[in-house]
Amino acid sequence: MIPDFGHRDPDARGYYGAFGGRFVPETLVAPVAELERAYMDARMDPAFRQEYADLLRNYVGRPTPLYEARRLSASAGGPRIFLKREDLAHTGAHKINNALGQALLARRMGKRRVIAETGAGQHGVATATVCALLDLACEVYMGAEDMERQSLNVFRMQLLGATVRRVDAGARTLKDAINEAMRDWVTNVADSYYLLGSVLGPHPYPLMVREFQSVIGREARAQLLEATGALPASIVACVGGGSNAMGIFDAFVKDPGVRLIGVEAGGHGISPGRHAARFAGGSMGVLQGTRSYVLQDADGNIELTHSISAGLDYAAVGPEHAWLHDSGRAEYAWVGDDDALEAFQRLGREEGIIPALESSHAIAHACRIAPGMPCDSVLLVNLSGRGDKDVLSVQKALDLRKGGQG
Amino acid sequence: MTSRLGGTFGRLRTAGRGGLVAFVTAGDPDAERSAAVLDAVARGGADVIEVGVPFSDPLADGPVIQRASERALAAGMTLRGALALVRDFRKSHETPVVLFTYANPVVRMDPEVFASEARDAGVDGVLILDYPVEEAEPLRAPMVAAGLDPVFLISPTTTEERISRSGELGRGFLYVISRLGVTGTRDALASDLEPLIARIRAHAVLPVAVGFGISRPEHVAQACRFADAAVVGSALVQEIAKHADDSDLTGRVTGYVEWLKSAL
Repeated sequence: MIPDFGHRDPDARGYYGAFGGRFVPETLVAPVAELERAYMDARMDPAFRQEYADLLRNYVGRPTPLYEARRLSASAGGPRIFLKREDLAHTGAHKINNALGQALLARRMGKRRVIAETGAGQHGVATATVCALLDLACEVYMGAEDMERQSLNVFRMQLLGATVRRVDAGARTLKDAINEAMRDWVTNVADSYYLLGSVLGPHPYPLMVREFQSVIGREARAQLLEATGALPASIVACVGGGSNAMGIFDAFVKDPGVRLIGVEAGGHGISPGRHAARFAGGSMGVLQGTRSYVLQDADGNIELTHSISAGLDYAAVGPEHAWLHDSGRAEYAWVGDDDALEAFQRLGREEGIIPALESSHAIAHACRIAPGMPCDSVLLVNLSGRGDKDVLSVQKALDLRKGGQG
Repeated sequence: MTSRLGGTFGRLRTAGRGGLVAFVTAGDPDAERSAAVLDAVARGGADVIEVGVPFSDPLADGPVIQRASERALAAGMTLRGALALVRDFRKSHETPVVLFTYANPVVRMDPEVFASEARDAGVDGVLILDYPVEEAEPLRAPMVAAGLDPVFLISPTTTEERISRSGELGRGFLYVISRLGVTGTRDALASDLEPLIARIRAHAVLPVAVGFGISRPEHVAQACRFADAAVVGSALVQEIAKHADDSDLTGRVTGYVEWLKSAL
């Protein structure tokens, strides 16, 4: 199965309602327009789609399973909980779906050098992987703080032949890595391709990344109809930039009976600098090429963020999420560090699956809403990644919490 | 009525002389010294002063201006603070001032409010780094209504169609990015500056100021062989950082601006 290309485009200027657009420095206007033309052409080219579909199947390992988590369902009480197992995709997260699509596009555009940013390291690893596959040079920008908490992924990228560039600016996390990647891009536009990892940035990135990720929802829809004969009552996915959520929501946006629920990182709670829940504490702003909900202070400077999960630790949210939020089609909740940590352990104990800390936010929220749902309904959770990368930092966090209590 | 920027570029043209546009970051290293620096830059003979509004995420800037923004933010500088600096400056100087900012602080303040406060403070032009012409109208319209000059950037990657559009929608002058990349000093001017300026002149009538990588008097003079003015940013900001704690900071800055103009 391949993604659903071209069925829900933004307007010609890349807007989803009041959100999106193309707020880039002048030097990037022409390269971004060139990228849009190349993508619009590629996505309708049968040869491009065929190669992408073949690699999704034989390299990424798609379709990923849809798994009914019976013990979790029983302990949470309520609906049948199904997990879309993106953790079983090659490299351990959904990020590879997008990285592969864009790397094929980079090669088609004749770009031999790929730059990327990464937060948790999963997008960096996915990008390094596809660059190895397609013989492209790869440089990944990563905040120093994230390099520390995701040191295993740093080494994985290096093993795959990528250069990891440390970013010491700001909070030294994802936002700062994106700034640095854009500075590289603006300097090397002629030969470099910027492989952005989420539904963020200037048009066409939010569209392109969502379309490459939409394979998740297309598969899940078909798998769920086959398994249960019905659509889910609710879908839950974590939202950093929001690519795994857009990927699974996309196939259900036109089904008004399906509740779409995005889960943001509540960190230590909703006060400035201590969380990354844009819909809870943010307002309209322009950051890194797009107009969306942003965590900012009264003067328009971007606030620091915190989450135990590096992949959700970001001050803005994808513009299409902002539009789904304001139009009421999707709803957004948040889960704090402690509940995410609890869900991380719970899925291991009850299902033998260690989820990524990002995905643990979705699991936690699913367990929170399950008791209120009918027992014959279906709750679909996007298990966007596996937790191997997080084992060390979870161990540290648990030790700290034990110490705090003792 | 001719704007201050229009008057300045008109006089430069009549005199057959190139101009110096000097960039400083508002609030670097703090509000008090920043006010003294603005005064010193004007006394050094800058034809236009660009006042950079510090922003938390300056993705079009190189390390020198990034550090200046960090110092200024740490000292509490904001967009409102920058407007207050200009208001004070305007009490004793007629040098045109262009505010150089990222979009988000302006969006956050509200474009209408911003335009009227900027005009009242004595700002002449506004350049928003991440607001290309396609997105600019919601900010441009209130600025023009308030009598401010919206300044657009032209880069080596800008198409001829967009040069025309920027020339039509812009006022005051066009800011030409002489090379790809972020702000910062370079050892030499871009070699293809002459054809770039010629291409712009063929599609737009506004005066042209060239920036990015200009750090020495001979760069300023060379750039002004083709352009109406040259912009010096990072080199001046570096000089301010170097002497921030010296008792003769303002003397240094005035001398540095005079030196930059010495080959014109």
